[in-house]
Amino acid sequence: MSSDAETTGRTESADRTAKADRIRELMATEGDAVAENTRGFNEGRYESTGRLDDYETLKGEARGIKEDAIARLPELIDQVTETVEANGGTVYLADDAADANRYVTELAAEERDADRLIKSKSMTTEEIEVNDALEAAGVEVVETDLGEWVLQLADEAPSHIVAPAIHKSREAISELFAERFDLADPPETAEELTMFARERLGELVEDADVGMTGANFIAADSGTMLLVTSEGNARKTVTATDTHVAVAGVEKLVPTVEDFAPFVELIGRSGTGQDVTSYISTLTPPVDSPMPDFENDADPLADDSADDRDFHLVLIDNGRLAMREDEELKETLYCIRCSACSNACGNFQSVGGHAFGGETYSGGIATGWETGIEGLDVAAEFNDLCTGCSRCVPACPVEIDIPWINTVVRDRINRGDVDAGQTDWLFEELIPDEEPAGIDLSTRLVGNYETLAKWGSRTAPVANRLANVGPLRAVAERVAGIDRRRELPGFASEPLVDWFDARGGAAVPPADATREAVLYPDTATNYADVDRGKAAVRALEALGVHVRIPDLPGSGRPPLSQGMVSTAKAAAEDAYGGLAPHVDAGRDVVVIEPSDLAMFRSEYEKFLPERSAERLADASYDVMEYVFGLLENGGDPAGLRAPTAGTGPVAAGTRIAYHPHCQARTIGVGEHATAVMERLGYDVRVSDTECCGMAGSFGYKTDYYELSMDVGEPLREQFGETDRTVVAAGTSCTEQLDALLGSAPMHPIELIAPRE
Amino acid sequence: MSLADRSTFKRRLDSLGVTVSEGPARACAELVDDAAGDPAVGVPLARGDDESEPAASLPDRVDTDPTTADLRAAHTGVTGASLGVAEYGSVAVEADRAGTEPVSLFVDRHVVVLREADLVPDMPDAFAWLGPRARDESVDVVFATGPSATADMGGLVHGAHGPKEVHVVLLRDDDGADAGGETADGDIATESEATADE
Repeated sequence: MSSDAETTGRTESADRTAKADRIRELMATEGDAVAENTRGFNEGRYESTGRLDDYETLKGEARGIKEDAIARLPELIDQVTETVEANGGTVYLADDAADANRYVTELAAEERDADRLIKSKSMTTEEIEVNDALEAAGVEVVETDLGEWVLQLADEAPSHIVAPAIHKSREAISELFAERFDLADPPETAEELTMFARERLGELVEDADVGMTGANFIAADSGTMLLVTSEGNARKTVTATDTHVAVAGVEKLVPTVEDFAPFVELIGRSGTGQDVTSYISTLTPPVDSPMPDFENDADPLADDSADDRDFHLVLIDNGRLAMREDEELKETLYCIRCSACSNACGNFQSVGGHAFGGETYSGGIATGWETGIEGLDVAAEFNDLCTGCSRCVPACPVEIDIPWINTVVRDRINRGDVDAGQTDWLFEELIPDEEPAGIDLSTRLVGNYETLAKWGSRTAPVANRLANVGPLRAVAERVAGIDRRRELPGFASEPLVDWFDARGGAAVPPADATREAVLYPDTATNYADVDRGKAAVRALEALGVHVRIPDLPGSGRPPLSQGMVSTAKAAAEDAYGGLAPHVDAGRDVVVIEPSDLAMFRSEYEKFLPERSAERLADASYDVMEYVFGLLENGGDPAGLRAPTAGTGPVAAGTRIAYHPHCQARTIGVGEHATAVMERLGYDVRVSDTECCGMAGSFGYKTDYYELSMDVGEPLREQFGETDRTVVAAGTSCTEQLDALLGSAPMHPIELIAPRE
Repeated sequence: MSLADRSTFKRRLDSLGVTVSEGPARACAELVDDAAGDPAVGVPLARGDDESEPAASLPDRVDTDPTTADLRAAHTGVTGASLGVAEYGSVAVEADRAGTEPVSLFVDRHVVVLREADLVPDMPDAFAWLGPRARDESVDVVFATGPSATADMGGLVHGAHGPKEVHVVLLRDDDGADAGGETADGDIATESEATADE
C-alpha cells in the first residue's frame, strides 16, 4: 500500500471513530426521549390518517397544489406583494439571511425602538438566525413556544422541526428552570412546568413591542397567512403587539385561500398524529383585533387601536429560487415541514435531529433543505443517516421521494469529494463502476457488491474462511470501514443459476403451465442465499408455473444505495435489457429480494424511458405476492407446506413471527406473505418496526454499527423471547435478525415451499 | 347543516374534552350563565342573518365592554363563533374590532356561542366560506379546536397560553319557527355539567 493510501485510510478511520463517538453520546443522552416521542408521533400518524376516508386523494391534492405553486412562484410573489400592500402591509423579499436580518433589525431596533420582541415558533427564523441579529442590535428576543423557550433558556438547538425540545425529559426541564430562575422548589410535573411557563411568558408578552411569527402557508390571492399551532402563543404574539413581522420562505406561497384545506387536514395528522391542532390561525394582516393596553389597563379594550397595527411580510429566498431551478432539489420546496419523515425514520428515532440534521433542519428531507440553503458540505455530515429504507415515502403528505433526494445529494457528495490519494488501485478489478476515482472506498465496495459476490462465490470456501479472519477484518475496518463486530455474509459455491441449469431447467413444461415466470436471480439469492431461490422454484412449480432462471445482471440497488447514480443507471439499463425479451414473451418477473423488486417497481422510473419502466413495473412481482395471486386465481394450496407437515430443519410450527421488509411495505407488498401464511393455517404475528436498522450495507459500517443495532432494538424486544418461528424476506433483515436474536430467520417462501 | 353534522360535531367536541350545551336562541343567556365562570367578560353576540330569528343575548354578569384590566382579571371569556366545522369539532373565532380574539384567548375558560345554522360539514366547506371573505373583507379567523394544549413539558397539558377549557353553546335553529311554544326540543339540554378539567 502506498503511503498516501495509508494516510487516507487513517484519516478516514479517525473520522469514522469520531462520528461513532458522537452518535454513541447522543444515543445515551437524548436517544430515549427522542425514541419515545417520535415513535408515539409515528403511531399517532397511522391512527389519525387511518381515520381519513380520502387520505390518498388528499395527498394527491396537496401535491398538485404545491407543484402548481412552485411552478408559478415568481408570479405568486408579485401577486402576494400586491394583496398584502392593498391590505395595508409591507412585503420585503430578502435575498438571503443577512438581507432579512438587516431589514428586521432596522425595523425593530431603529424604526420601532423596540426593547422586546416576542416570537412564536418558526424554523425559518432559526434558519436565518434572526435572534442573534436582534440581540446584537439591543432587542431582547423571547421565544414564546414552550419548547423553544426551554431551548432558549438552555442555549440549545431544536432536535425536531415540530417538537423542538423533544430530546429533553421532564426532569431535565425542571432542573433547567431551577437553575435559571434560582428556584429552591422547582415545578416538577408537566402541569406545574407548563403553568410556570404560562405565567412567566404571560408577563413577558404583556409589555412586548414587536411580535414575530412564521407562516405555514400564505395565499397569494388575499395575503392571508395560515399558522398551525396548539399553545395559543402565536395568537398572543400577534394580538398583544402593534407590529407583526411574519418571516416565511417563498415556498410557503399557495395560489388561493381554498388551497389551504387539504393541508389543514394533513399537516397535524402527518406530524404528531393530531387530526387538527388546537389553533389554525388564518390571518389577513394587519389584524383587526384591538390591542390590549396592559400599561393603561383602565381603558376599554374595544377601541380603535387596530388602526395603529403594522404588518411586515418578510419573504426569504436564501437559496430557494435556485433550488427551484434544480430538477432534483426542487421537490424539497413542496415540503410542508410536518416532521412525518423524521418520525417514521428508524435512525431518527434513535438519534434525533442533533445527529440527523444540519444547521437548521433535521430528518430525511433536511438533506434537500441543507443542500439548497447551506451547501453540500453541511448535507454531507448527516446524509449517510438516510439508508433509503423508504418508510418516509408513504408518510409524506406531499409525496416527496425523500430517499431519492438523499441519493442524488450523496452522488453529488461522492463526485465533489474526489481525492487522488485513494486506494483504488487495490480494488480496481473488484469495483468496475462508472464513478470518478477517489470516492470513499467503503462506498465503492458496497456499490460494487455484485462483483464482490461473484468473486466470493467463485472462491467461496477460501473467501468465506478469509472473510472473518481477525487480522483481515482489522484491515477491512480501518481501510474500508466495515465493522468487525459484524459477521460477513458467506457465499455459496454453486450459484442459483448454475444449480437450475444443472437440474435440467424447468420441471413444469410450458404446455402444462398455468403461467410462465422468470425467477430473477438477484445478487443475494444467486450468490449467497441460494436455498431461498431453490425454495421459490419448488413453490412456483408446485403451483403449476413454468419457471426460468436466466443469467441476469444485478438490479443496481447496491450502487444506488451509495449514491452512485450513473452506475445504478447503467445497471438498470443492463437488467432491463436482459428482462425485456421475457416481458415481451408475456412472462412474469418474480423477485425474491424486496430491495431489488423496489428497484423494478419504483426506482427504475428514474433510469429508464417511461414506457420501459412501466412495462417492467407491471410485469414484476414479489415472490410472496405472486404466490398470493396464484392462490387467489385458483392455485391449489395443497401443493404448499402447511404448518403440520414435516419436522425437518426448515419445518416450523404454526406460530410465526414475521418482519416485513421496509421497501416491500412502501411498494405495497409487505402483507402478501402474511396473507399467504394465514391462508395456509399459520398464526402470524407481524412486527411493528419501520426498519430493522441494517438497511443494506449501513449496519456493516464502523461509524453506524451501534446505531444500527439500536434501531433494531424494538425488534429484539418484540421477537427476542418469542417461541415463534421468525421469518423475514430481506437479506439485510436476515443478517440483522440473526445478530439481534442469535439465529437467522428464513424467507417466508422457505417456510411454505414443499420440501425437496 | 344536517342532523348528521350536529351529531358529528358533538361527538368530536366530546372527544376533545369540550362540553356542549344546546338550546334555542332565546335560552342563550341562561346557557351562557350556566357555562361561564366568574368574573366573565364577553363580546356582544351578532344577530344571525335571518331577521326573523330571535336575538341571542348574554347574561348581565358578563361584562361586554371590559377594560384590559377586566380582561386580565377574567376567568371566562364569552364570544360568538362565525362557523363550526362538524368533522373536526372546530369553531371559527373572528379577530374582529370588538375584541373577540383577546376575549377568547387571555382567559382560563372560553365559552363560545355557535348557531347551528353556521355548522358546515368539513374543512373544504370552511375554506370555501373563508376564501371570499378573506379576499373581499380581509377577515382574520382562528379555527379553534378544543383548548390550548402543549406536550413540550413532558406530557399533554391544557392551557399552555390560551384557555384551559372550552365550552360550546349550540343554538338550535329548529326552535326559531315556533318560538312561542314550549316543545320538548325547546328545552335546554346540557350534554355534561362537568368541565374539561384534566
